Amino acid sequence: MTEQPHLAVIGAGPAGLAATVAAASHGVRVTLIDSAPEAGGQFYRQPAAELRARRPQALHHEWRTWERLRDGLRTHVQAGAVRHFTDHHVWYVDRRDTRFTVHALFGPEQEEPVEVRADAVLLATGGYEKVLPFPGWTLPGVVTAGGAQAMLKGTLAVSGRTAVVAGTGPLLLPVATGLAAAGVEVAALVESADPKDFVRRTRALAAQPGKVAEGAQYAAQLLRHRVRTLVHHTVVEAHGAERLEAVTVAALDADGRVRPGTERRIPCDTLAVGHGMLPHTDLAETLGCRLDGLDVHVDDEQRTDVPGVWAAGETTGIGGSALSLAEGHIAGRSAAARLHGTEPDPGEWAAAAKSRSRLRAFFAAIDSVYAPPAHWTEQITDDTVVCRCEEVTGGAIREAVGELGAGDARTVKLLTRAGMGWCQGRVCGPAVAGLAGCELTPSRRPFARPVPLGVLAAAGEPEDD
Amino acid sequence: MVGAACALYAARAGLDVILVDRGPVAGGTTGAGEGNLLVSDKEPGPELDLALLSGRLWADLAGELGEAVEYEAKGGVVVASSPGGLAALERFAEEQRTAGVVARTVVGDELYDLEPHLAPGLPGAVHYPQDCQVMPALAAAHLVRASGARLLTGRTVTDVLLTPDGAVRGVRTDQGDIHTPVVVNAAGTWGSELAALAGTRLPVLPRRGFVLVTEPLPRMVRHKVYAADYVADVASDSAALQTSPVVEGTAAGPVLIGASRERVGFDRSFSLPVVRSLAAGATRLFPFLSDVRAMRAYLGFRPYMPDHLPAIGPDPRVPGLHHACGHEGAGIGLATGTGHLIAQALTAKAPDLDLSPFRPDRFPVAEESA
Repeated sequence: MTEQPHLAVIGAGPAGLAATVAAASHGVRVTLIDSAPEAGGQFYRQPAAELRARRPQALHHEWRTWERLRDGLRTHVQAGAVRHFTDHHVWYVDRRDTRFTVHALFGPEQEEPVEVRADAVLLATGGYEKVLPFPGWTLPGVVTAGGAQAMLKGTLAVSGRTAVVAGTGPLLLPVATGLAAAGVEVAALVESADPKDFVRRTRALAAQPGKVAEGAQYAAQLLRHRVRTLVHHTVVEAHGAERLEAVTVAALDADGRVRPGTERRIPCDTLAVGHGMLPHTDLAETLGCRLDGLDVHVDDEQRTDVPGVWAAGETTGIGGSALSLAEGHIAGRSAAARLHGTEPDPGEWAAAAKSRSRLRAFFAAIDSVYAPPAHWTEQITDDTVVCRCEEVTGGAIREAVGELGAGDARTVKLLTRAGMGWCQGRVCGPAVAGLAGCELTPSRRPFARPVPLGVLAAAGEPEDD
Repeated sequence: MVGAACALYAARAGLDVILVDRGPVAGGTTGAGEGNLLVSDKEPGPELDLALLSGRLWADLAGELGEAVEYEAKGGVVVASSPGGLAALERFAEEQRTAGVVARTVVGDELYDLEPHLAPGLPGAVHYPQDCQVMPALAAAHLVRASGARLLTGRTVTDVLLTPDGAVRGVRTDQGDIHTPVVVNAAGTWGSELAALAGTRLPVLPRRGFVLVTEPLPRMVRHKVYAADYVADVASDSAALQTSPVVEGTAAGPVLIGASRERVGFDRSFSLPVVRSLAAGATRLFPFLSDVRAMRAYLGFRPYMPDHLPAIGPDPRVPGLHHACGHEGAGIGLATGTGHLIAQALTAKAPDLDLSPFRPDRFPVAEESA
C-alpha cells in the first residue's frame, strides 16, 4: 500500500483534537468527525461566529491550549493531512477484520448518509450530563448545569435573572461563577457533597496544585459575587405554575436523608442542576470493546481490547479537559506508530503519561467526594415524571419493581417504556436504576443515534474491492 | 411467557405454584419478542391446532387483562410479491381453512383499504383476522401477577433433585432447595440445560433474531404485515441467515420490524448485514418507512427444536418432570395453550389436544447431535 494509513477520529473535543494533531504530525491521514458545527467539543464550545464575541476567552480557562490545538488543526487541514467533517452525526461503526466503516448522518436534518472507511478508529465521544429527577424538574426554567454553561459559552447569554445552581460535582462551581459574571443573581449554590469528605481526601487533591488553585479561584469569585454556598444540601422540589418560580432546598443528615424542618424556599427563575457526568460509550459497546463499569477500558497506550480501536477522553472515564488532552495525545501517538507498523516508544509521551496518572488519581478522589444524597430516590414522588420522553412516573416504575417482578432497568423499560423514547434512556437511566435498586449498567444501543430506515437499508453495501 | 402461562393455568386448576427464574420476569426470549399470536404462518397440523386453542384462550384472558397486556385483535396480512406467489398463498390458505383458520384473499383496492401505505402495484394478499398481538413483557408480568404464584426472581436452579428411583422431588437453587413432586421446565431457549440437570435430554437450540424499532408514529401500519416468504423461512431448517420482512405497528406507537433467523449459538453481537436486510425488506413493503428513523434494535434467541414443534407434557424418562419449551418464534402466541395443556396434565385431566406430537422424548439420540 502506497497510501498513508488512515485514522478516523470521532469527536472533536479536547481528546479528539489532541489525538488528531498528534496522529497527523506523525504521518497519518486523519478524518476528524464531529457533530458540532465547529471544533472544540463541549469544553471549548465557541460562541456562534455571528455574535462576534470580543473576548470569548473570558468564558474559558486554558484558552492558550485551545488556540494551539485550533491552529494545529487548521495547519493540518490546510496541508491536506486532516479532513474535518463538521455536523456529522455518527450512528454506527462497522468493523470487518482490520477495516472500519464509520457511518454518519450529515446535515441539519441528519438525513444524508456519509460513510468513512479507515484503517483504525479513535473514539473521543466524550460524556454527557447526569441529572437525577425530583418533583418539578420538568418545569421550564430548570436546565442542566452543563446546559447553562453551554448557553453562556455558545450564545453569551442566559435567560434568567435569579438562578440557583444545584446538584453535585465540580461543574457546579464554574457554572455558578459564570452565571454570576454574566450578570445573573445566583441566589445559592446547593451542593449535596459533604465538605468533611474533601478534608479526608486532601492528599490526592493536594497533588494537583493547578486544580486547587482553580478551585480557590472559583471560591474567590463566589465570594466576590456574594453567592451563598450551601454544602450538604439538596433541592427537594422546584415550584411554579407555568414555569419555575422557586425551589425548596433542605439540609441532609449524616445518612444522606433530608433533615426534616430544614426546608427553605428560594425564589428564582432559573435552576441549573447537574449530578456529574456519564461517558458516551455506545459506539465502543457495539464494536465489542470491553467496559470497566461504565467506562471504556483502555491500556497504557489508550488502546481498547478491540484491535484497531483506540479511545481517549471522557468516554474512558470522566476526568475533565486536561486529562482528555493527555489521553488524546497518547492515543494519537500510539495509533500513528502502530498504523506504521512500529512499536511506539512511551518515552515520547512521558509528560502526558505523567499528567494522565495524576489527573486520574485526582478525579478518582473527586468522584468519591461528589455524590448525590444517598437516599435521593426518596425525593422522587409517585407522580414525578422520571422518563420525560415516554412520560413514565416514579409510581409506574415502583409498581413494575414492586408488583410486576422487574428486578433490573431493562425489565423496568420493557414494562413501563421508561427509556424507550427519543433519548433512549440516556437521561432517565440513572434514575430508573436507582428506583429499581440496581447499579447503572451500560445499556446496549446498537445505534448511537436514530437512523432513517432508508439509510440503514443501504448502509455499508459491499465495496468493490 | 410460557412459564407465566403455566403458572396461571396451574394455579387456576388449584395447584400451589412457585415460579423460579434466574433473571427478572420476561428476562429471556420473552423480553426480545414481538408478541405475535399467529395462525397465519402455520400449516395444518399440531402446531396450528395449538395456535387456535391458544388464540381462544388469549381472547378469554383479554377480557380481564387485555388493556394491561396491550392485546390487539389486529389481524394479519400476508402479502404476495408476484401473481405466482399469490396463487401459492391461496393454496396454503385453502389448507389452513380446513383446520379452522379464517383466511380471505384480498386484491386491488381491498388490499389498500386494509393497508393504505403498502407499496403500490402488489398483486394481492391473504387476510387473517385471527392473528393478534400482545406486548410480551407486560403479558408475562401480568399473567404472573394474576396467577398469584410465588415469584422467585434472581434465583438460579442449579440442580433437579431426584428420589432414589429417579422421580422428581424438587429443585436446588443458589438460594436453597425447593421441595415439590412436580417441576415444569419452561426455560425456553435454555430448556436443554434444565433437562440436563434432571439427567435427561431435550434438543433445544438458539435461533437468533433481530427486531428493529422505529420512532413512535401515528397508526400507519394497521395489521401485522409480512411477505409470503416468511412462512417458508419459519419452517426452514437452515442454519444460514434468512430474513423476510414482518412489519407491524404497536399500541405505543413504534413500528416493529422483523424477522431474521440464523443459528449462530448465543452470539449477542450486533450485525449490520442482518438489520440492513430487515430495513430493506420493510421499506420495500412500506416505502414511507424510508424516512422513518430506527431508534434501536434488539436481538433474542428463539428456542428452536429440530422438528419445529415444542415439547409439552410429562417426560416419561423422569417421573414428575414436565416440559413446556421449544416454541421457537411462537412462544408468546402458544403460551396460553401450552399452559392450559400442562395444567390438564398436572391435574390428570384428559388434554384438549393430543400431546403425542409434542412428546419430549420423541427425538432419537442421533438427531439431537445433528
